[in-house]
Order: sequence, then C-alpha cells, then structure tokens
Amino acid sequence: MADEIVKNIILGEDDDYVINMGPQHPSTHGVLRFEVSLKGETIEKVVPHCGYIHRGIEKMCERDTYPQIIHLTDRMDYLSAHINNEAVCLCVENALEVEVPDRVKYIRTILDELNRIASHQLWWCAMGMDMGALTTFFYGLRDREKILDIFEESFGSRLLHSFNTPGGLMNDIHPDFQKKTKEFIQYFRKKLPEYDQLLSGNVIFQARTKDIGVLSLEDAIQYGITGPSGRASGFACDIRKIQPYSAYPKVSFKEIVYTEGDTFHRYKARIDEMYESMNIIEQLIDNIPEGDHALKMKAVIKLPVGEYYQRAETARGELGVYIVSDGNKTPYRIKFRSPNFSNLFIINKLATGFKIADLVAISGSLDLVIPDIDR
Amino acid sequence: MDHENLKNQILSLIPEAEFRENKQFLEIIVPSAKLNSICKELKNSGNTWFDYLFCLTAIDWNDHFMMVYHLTSTKHNHTLVLKTRVDNHQNPEVDTVSDIWRTAEFHEREVYDLFGIKFNNHPDPRRLFLEDDYGFPLRKDFTDEINMIVR
Repeated sequence: MADEIVKNIILGEDDDYVINMGPQHPSTHGVLRFEVSLKGETIEKVVPHCGYIHRGIEKMCERDTYPQIIHLTDRMDYLSAHINNEAVCLCVENALEVEVPDRVKYIRTILDELNRIASHQLWWCAMGMDMGALTTFFYGLRDREKILDIFEESFGSRLLHSFNTPGGLMNDIHPDFQKKTKEFIQYFRKKLPEYDQLLSGNVIFQARTKDIGVLSLEDAIQYGITGPSGRASGFACDIRKIQPYSAYPKVSFKEIVYTEGDTFHRYKARIDEMYESMNIIEQLIDNIPEGDHALKMKAVIKLPVGEYYQRAETARGELGVYIVSDGNKTPYRIKFRSPNFSNLFIINKLATGFKIADLVAISGSLDLVIPDIDR
Repeated sequence: MDHENLKNQILSLIPEAEFRENKQFLEIIVPSAKLNSICKELKNSGNTWFDYLFCLTAIDWNDHFMMVYHLTSTKHNHTLVLKTRVDNHQNPEVDTVSDIWRTAEFHEREVYDLFGIKFNNHPDPRRLFLEDDYGFPLRKDFTDEINMIVR
C-alpha cells in the first residue's frame, strides 16, 4: 500500500505529465497550443488546440464582394499572400470565363515564385532559430529583405500585397522590376549554397533531424499532407504539375520528391524548391510580353449561379478556393481549403515516441502558419 | 479516365448515384444513409481508387444542409465531387467518413464547429475553434447583434 502511494501519488508514475507548449511559445510562430503528454522526456500524445486567432474569414467573405475578398485572403497565409490572392482571382475568372492577358499570367507566376522563395527563406531562418542556430535568422532575413524591397517598389506594400484583382493586376509593375529581380536571382544563386554550408551540413542539425518524425506515403495521403512536407514522403502533389495555372504550363521545372519522409528531407525539399523557383523565374523574367496589366471588368462582378473550385500551390501546400454562387455580387458560401489546416494534425502521429526537443524540429519542418489554420 | 468512362464505373459500383451538372468535375449525389459504405466502395475499388480527400465542407441551403466531399485519385488522377443531403435542419446528423480518410476527422470537427452538423461515430466530436456555448456561425440564420455588421 505504502509503495503504491509513493509510486502513484508522490512520483506520479501512473499519470502522464502534461505540459502546454504555447500559445505563446516562440516555436509555434503564432498562437497555437500543443497539449503534450509526457512520460519522462518522451512524448506520449500531442493534442493541438487552435482557434486563438479565428477571425471568421469565411463568414466575413459572405457579405463582401469579390474584389473585397482579395484583401481578406492575404491575412490567411500571410507568407504566401500573393498566391492566396491569385487563387481567388483565378476562381472568379474561370467562373466568368474570361482569359487574362499573357502579361498578367507571366507576372503572376514570377511573383508566385518570388513569394515562395521569400516564404521559404523565412521558414529556413526560423527553423534554424528554433533549433538553437541563431545565425540562420540573420542570414535568412538579410536575403528576404531584398525580395520585400522588390515587392515594395511595385506594390507599395511588403507582406500583404493585394496586388491581384479579378481580371489582372492592380497596377503595372515598376519599370525596374525586371532588372531588380534579375539582380536578386544573381545574388541569391551565390547565397543559397551558404545555407547548405551553414545548416544542412551541420552534424548537430543532422543528428536532430535525420530519422526523426518519419511520415509514410500512406499517411501523407490519408491525412492530406501536401506541399514540401508531403513531397518529402513521396506524395507527388504539386498542383503546378497536376493542374497547371497561369504561366506554369509554359515553364519546365522539376517536382521535388523524396521518399524518406523524415524531418531532414522535409527540410531538404524546401531548400531544393528554392533552386527550382529561381529556375522558373529565370525562364520567364526576360519574356514578359507587352500589353495591358488588366482586363476591363464590370464595376460590379456577379458570378453565374453555380459552384467553382480552384486549386493552387502555396509555399505550404495545396490551397483550395470553393465558391458557391447564387448569382449575387457576394458569394453564397466560400470555403478555403488551407494547406496548414490539414498539415497540422499529423503532428500527433509524427511526434509520438520522440523526445520533447524533437517536437520543435518536427513542427518547424511542417512550416505552420497559424492564421491559415484558424482563418 | 475520361468523364464518361468514370461515370459508368461509378454507376456500376453505386446504382443509386444521381449525376449532376458541373462544368469542372464529375458530380454525384448519394443518399446520406448509405454515405459511409459508398465512400468505402469508392476508395477501395481498383478502378475508382479515390484515396485523397482534399476538401470537405458543408453548405447551408436554409431548409437543408449539403455535405460536399472533393475526392481525387493519386493513381488515376481523376476527380469527383460527392454530395449528400442532410435534411433535418434543426438537428442535422450524418455519418463520419473519418475511418476512411483520416483527414476528414479534423475537417468534420471544423464543420461541426461552424455548422453544428453532428457526425455519427466520430472519434473526437469536440468543437475546434470556438467556445462550447457559442452558436454555429456559418449557418445562415446565425446572428450576433454586437459583433456582426449586417449590410
């Protein structure tokens, strides 16, 4: 009896030790709470609690017109703002059966890829920082600043552009846009190998990421894990290949697919994607056709009655925009299938059985953006 | 597989499926009572093989709800929109498909949270974003005098 009391009540061996990671934990990059059950230092279970930043974007969209909705989509995945905007615009354009000028398609694709590089840079520096390598943070932000400067010059804003509008772009690009972008690609081609030297080849980093949090192909499909996280497990889910949009049919690029599926290969997939993004930009930047930057659209956009779905590849995975229209100027129902929402809930499966320090590496490699989960 | 071919395949699997006009994808409506077994059929049959559920949501049509499942096959690369009608607007209930596609577990929790549709046999039927005593905001009859701007 006395032994049992010592064991159960004083040492608490029967109970799981539950700690909360977040909502203010720096490695969750926003307000997300992981309820972690531990045995010693080993994770038994992770329960994610979200909703801290739920703003009801889908409900707000139901009272907004289509050009107004664009500005709300920025605020979901704020690191892929341009791609979110584009997905809604494409959905509206497809519903109206209008074809945007080639110039718009080219510029949108270049901006998509610039946005993807900027997002991966921030992910890279934050992931390094989460794992104790503070230098990466300065390297990543230094290079990201150059992209944000290009954005600022053309759109007037750095993070939340709202540069797309149904039928084209808000304004034409800045005359220096092509020159600056080419300069950036030249610069970043030299700097990206430094990322590998600094972090990828690091022995401590490799020991903390290799064979940690292995995701199988079956689980990736079952849980709907898309983007670089899914492709690291061999799930060929790149929407740019499956359902190409904008100027993607005109460029050749490689879909990065690994089969290992551990934290290190999720990391590797994103690094390789930055090289591919630069290849895509180089193919397009000199060939932007002349022409208008936008179609002449009606002042009030009303979609025909029906349902429209548009898939797009953001920096984190597959974004879906599902619009149900009843013929009014506002959508009857709009649903955003956000990549982070699906990617989040695999964390219990990945982290179980590993140490609590690995949870930081695993959640870092999933590259979660919390406002996109809650919407 | 083209639309016509896929249509025949699905008809041979599910005779009660009702096809609907949709410009983008093939769209079917199935009775909600048989939803779970039909989904199993669609996923496991070699010719259809819908193994990836990429979107799950609901629509409130004032007198009934419509559940919408967007399915695709990673092997054959074809897409299907599966819909089922939930008639009871006061206490809507529908079977879960989370035992077939795991990702549905969390999408269904979101639908429960925002629409109040209950999922039978769901492994974790809690709300996801909002407080327990909050209403169901994506229902068309939801009102919140303090925080909502009605135009």
